[in-house]
Amino acid sequence: MKKRVLAVLAASALAATMMPVTAFAGEDDLITVGYAQVGAESDWRTANTESFKSTFTEENGYKLIFDDAQQKQENQIKAIRSFIQQEVDYIVVAPVVETGWETVLQEAADAGIPVILSDRMMDLADEDLYTCWVGGNFVKEGETCADWLAKYLEEQGRGEEEINMVTIQGTIGASAQIGRTEGVANKMAEHPNWKMLDMQSGEFTQAKGQEVMESFLKSYDDIDVVICENDNEAFGAIDAIKAAGKTCGPDGDIIVVSFDSVKAAFDSMIAGDLNATFECNPLHGPRVAEIIQKLEAGEEVEKVQYVDEAYFDTTMDLESIVAERAY
Amino acid sequence: MEKIKKLTSKRLFMPVFCLIIMLIAAVIASPDFFKIDIQNGVLYGRIIDVINRGSEVVILAIGMTLVVAASAGTDISVGAVMAVVAAVTCSFIAGGQQSVNEYINNPLLGILLGILVGVLCGCFNGFLVAKLHIQPMVATLILFTAGRGIAQLLTNGQITYIRVDSFKMLGASIPGIPIPTSIFVTVIMVAVTMLLLKKTALGMYVEAVGINSRASRLVGLKSAKIIFLVYAFCGFCASIAGLINSSRIYSADANNIGLNLELDAILAVALGGNSLGGGKFSLIGSVIGAYTIQTLTTTLYAVSVSSDQIPVYKAIVVVIIVSLQSPELRKMFRRLKGKGAAQASSGKGAA
Repeated sequence: MKKRVLAVLAASALAATMMPVTAFAGEDDLITVGYAQVGAESDWRTANTESFKSTFTEENGYKLIFDDAQQKQENQIKAIRSFIQQEVDYIVVAPVVETGWETVLQEAADAGIPVILSDRMMDLADEDLYTCWVGGNFVKEGETCADWLAKYLEEQGRGEEEINMVTIQGTIGASAQIGRTEGVANKMAEHPNWKMLDMQSGEFTQAKGQEVMESFLKSYDDIDVVICENDNEAFGAIDAIKAAGKTCGPDGDIIVVSFDSVKAAFDSMIAGDLNATFECNPLHGPRVAEIIQKLEAGEEVEKVQYVDEAYFDTTMDLESIVAERAY
Repeated sequence: MEKIKKLTSKRLFMPVFCLIIMLIAAVIASPDFFKIDIQNGVLYGRIIDVINRGSEVVILAIGMTLVVAASAGTDISVGAVMAVVAAVTCSFIAGGQQSVNEYINNPLLGILLGILVGVLCGCFNGFLVAKLHIQPMVATLILFTAGRGIAQLLTNGQITYIRVDSFKMLGASIPGIPIPTSIFVTVIMVAVTMLLLKKTALGMYVEAVGINSRASRLVGLKSAKIIFLVYAFCGFCASIAGLINSSRIYSADANNIGLNLELDAILAVALGGNSLGGGKFSLIGSVIGAYTIQTLTTTLYAVSVSSDQIPVYKAIVVVIIVSLQSPELRKMFRRLKGKGAAQASSGKGAA
């Protein structure tokens, strides 16, 4: 019922916006951009939306038409068609699913509107149907994490020591889980003294992360490093480590690292429990704007573009970073 | 022989047998399964993990057993109700903030408010099933779908943290007491429910309504009232489970608290040898079923099966346990055995 009401509202809102936009599109020199967003299912997604809204403002010379598809592909296809009818200059899509886009992208191509993909890929027979893709690189995040560990262990004088690791994986099959596991594994080969004792799924939740860590601690006596594939799992793992009478963090027995860099992860680092967190950057807006500017100038753009991703550890001034972060 | 037969024909034999087999398998897989030490003044060991982590499913299974017995249907909303309860409690205690390091509002009041909302959710389900005669699965589907949305609204779509030590006690332990608190809560819940059912006629009423609600009404039982009550009680169980789960992670995570736990609770009822068709039930059977599930989960972690294969192992074990308990399958075995015996004797005759 709730959904239906929302759909009706969305439809009427769309109908309402359509009129003035078609009327004014040609009148000023604003660049019109239509963004078909997945939905608002997580903090990450909200930050992503916010990034587009704050980048594509009229002061910056843009007019953004935003559409929330509520996790439904048919809504996104409808949104793209309405963008085409409104003769926008650029279409940006964060596709809900990978397949089934050929027809509507062909329509956009026939109308001569460039399409930029954000966050997720599309599975297309003809790669020319979109201009480029912008997003995060989970494999690279995993590799960055392993490099950070190598450097950290080196600094502690444990570079040659035998290091026992465990991984609390994300939900099996999620692209973040696959990419991050792969990234760490790629770098494991460079460090023959690193040993991955075990990998289990904590399903990206704090409760499961705690349960898995409880089990790891009973199976293995000398765990040196815990890699958690998201921050929430790390919070659970930290509780389990403390309950087992061990310590973690920069001054503890066990090194804990995680991915995503949500706000609570900064609290955990400030409390001295978590060693480092590797960012999955939702702020795609500025990069997309950069690409559009290049296209406007008639330049070629690269097909695959990764957003910049940072990491945060306890050596940094975390308090001031938190104060500046939008999410 | 007679004695063995008597033992195997007992209602609880199969569930207990399955649990024992699981525990033996667990010890083989990880020899220190029953080892218990004390860490930080609290009991520590895999078997403690099983009993501790199993609490939520056991508590849910109590309510679920009664719902199944009285209405021949399942309450699939319990997981979502857990999330609602956690959201109500945490957002009340935190006074609407996203993360607090001290109580903004009285925590006991928050917990009571959470339980009240949980019971109201149960009453809503009960009203739909008992008064409006909507199929239980359809009736509870409403909260199953809407519950997490409500919880999201209450928490503004964020995880609400209550970082206060005393809030963590329900899911962890109280200083000075070596046993995890959730174990106490579970024992109390089971004991009180058992007493209520055995010492009063309530247990019999529930069974009677489940076997034939019209006949029960004709002999003077208010069937609708009893069905309404068991759903309300199921909501109460979901509240307690939700509070334990929320205390474990000292937060309300609307997306993940109680996720898929309704399925574990239903499975526990089935593994406990209870018919999902309603009628006669065994509460202890469901409790044993719940611990069997948790033993399986903990053992699979201990033997470090790769995560993508865990569901397959679980499925295999569940199929085996459920089919072991199926009367039809047992009849088939008996027939085969009879045939075998007949063939053997006829073969002897020919020789």
